[in-house]
Amino acid sequence: MTSASPPVQAARPGISDIPPPSRGAAFGRLLLAEWTKIRSVRSTIWSLILLVVLTLGFTGLFTWLTILQWNKTDPAQRAQIMADPVSTILGSGLEFGQLTICVLGVLVMTSEYSTGMIRASLLAVPRRIPMLVAKAIVFALLVLVVGEIVSFPSFFIGAAVLHSHAPVSLSDPGVARAVFGAGLYLAVLGLFALAIGGIIRHTAGAITGVIAFVLVLAPLAQLIPGKIGKYVHAYLPTVAGQLIGQAHQQAKQVLSPWEGFGVFCLWTIVLLVIAGYLLKTRDA
Amino acid sequence: MIEARDLTKRYGDKLAVDHLSFTVEPGRVTGFLGPNGAGKSTTMRLILALDHPLAGIATIGGRRYVDLAQPLRIVGALLEARAMHPGRSAYDHLLFLAQSQGLPRSRVDQVLALVGLTEAAHKRTGGYSLGMSQRVGIAAALLGDPQVLILDEPVNGLDPEGILWIRNLMKQLASEGRTVFVSSHLMNEMAVTADHLIVIGRGRLIADCSTQEFIERSSEKFVLVRSPQAARLADLVAAAGGKAEADEAGGSQAGALRVTGLDAPHVGEIAAADRIVLHELTPRLASLEEAYMELTADSLEYGVPGSGPAAGPGSPAGPGSPAGTGSAAGAGSAASGPSAQPAPSSPASASPPQRTE
Repeated sequence: MTSASPPVQAARPGISDIPPPSRGAAFGRLLLAEWTKIRSVRSTIWSLILLVVLTLGFTGLFTWLTILQWNKTDPAQRAQIMADPVSTILGSGLEFGQLTICVLGVLVMTSEYSTGMIRASLLAVPRRIPMLVAKAIVFALLVLVVGEIVSFPSFFIGAAVLHSHAPVSLSDPGVARAVFGAGLYLAVLGLFALAIGGIIRHTAGAITGVIAFVLVLAPLAQLIPGKIGKYVHAYLPTVAGQLIGQAHQQAKQVLSPWEGFGVFCLWTIVLLVIAGYLLKTRDA
Repeated sequence: MIEARDLTKRYGDKLAVDHLSFTVEPGRVTGFLGPNGAGKSTTMRLILALDHPLAGIATIGGRRYVDLAQPLRIVGALLEARAMHPGRSAYDHLLFLAQSQGLPRSRVDQVLALVGLTEAAHKRTGGYSLGMSQRVGIAAALLGDPQVLILDEPVNGLDPEGILWIRNLMKQLASEGRTVFVSSHLMNEMAVTADHLIVIGRGRLIADCSTQEFIERSSEKFVLVRSPQAARLADLVAAAGGKAEADEAGGSQAGALRVTGLDAPHVGEIAAADRIVLHELTPRLASLEEAYMELTADSLEYGVPGSGPAAGPGSPAGPGSPAGTGSAAGAGSAASGPSAQPAPSSPASASPPQRTE
């Protein structure tokens, strides 16, 4: 105990002088509360710093390696890079950086359960669903902002490195959308991870689940032979979602960039609805 | 006012709360008493809508908890388990709660000062002692200046000073007309804090009465007599309508009797009439802890099996002899066999523990 017990008999201030807040602002208050929650733990700050560092670092490294090996690269691959340099740039660094968002999205939800916080949260918002919605909105907006902060510089770094062999400009068709889309993708990925965190409720299990979706399922689906495999692969959440990061649809691709992003959003919405249903019906 | 009607909760195949109904009135401290695993925390979680009941309903001021728009302004709760992120400071923990209820930051400072945590407020709660965490929980409960307080084992982890502080706080809150519902598994703690008791065991209601009434109804009264002519005295007592047994608590000291059914003056008169020498004549009350133990003994979730010949249950100095907890505690028969004594009247006529050893 750091301080002596305060005297109970001292005047204990009440809140009678504080007017009850208007009902209309109820959801705004929840957004503010969730923002306080998310900004006041270190895992948020560290994960986002790691996202920026990893993404920018790996973008620079991989585009540089591409240039170094340019003459040894086979012509087909070179043509592919030159046809859509922005997809090469965004696909390099963000492929690693996105893992921090997977972890953070899971933690935002599972840390409530692992620490017992969920009880305090639900005592304040017993209807539960508004809490989940507020949390999802605040987290998605935060990741969107940081995601844009990381995707534009990473494009400029990559474009500068690739400039001599595969020049690309933000004003080229589809490029601005692709770069902005990379931030959007991260925001939805964050929600995707948050939803899985809400469904599984255990940090390790949920992170494993998200990583499985992001890194493991795609190569596995490619092993499925024929047209089925092609479609299964194309409709996997992150495979579809990452299409937003390329300037235009390639000939062999099933979905266009926006269609792919739509598929990813659909996956995320379905998972969020399941998470919401479970939050509402399970004991906290 | 808190009302529970027919509350039922099942975990797997275990009925944690079994058709429990009670009312917690404002203006007094209501103790919620029961052994560990009796269902106290579960009942509180049901009232607070953290768990969903299988059947029944709990209301606060006539409304379900989920229907309260800014619940922390109406109900303040402290749960037994930690409910905060160790990486977040107490200030931020209280701040997000305040924001969710539309309360200003100044209110956070107020409750932090109230529980004496102003200095440590910006440190992460992971480094707090149990007592400090408990204070954060109490600050959170008081944040919305609620009319109803639900506190689950609030004195856990507090030092004696802190315990006294909580006691006084609860009494003061009740004296202001608030509803104070506080759980504990310690009878003695409740005896000095609560005005009214709700006692449960295995999820069922055992008693719902004032603390005074509970003490009077549950306490076992007897007269301890020591005499070199104990056998003769025992016969005379029996003839006068009383009941006398050898008091095993005395151990090797021969001639100790526990007399029930007659008061001390009466026993003295009987002895004097027959010129029997008395070495001791003492009216005794079983301790409150024993009364509670007895009441809940048959509903203990985790009993201590096979208590040996323990310290005599009648000895007033020994509240709740630990060795006798699980089986025959308090019935005055721990050592003298199950046939020994009639059970003192208990509110819900709970049968006395009759487990054979």
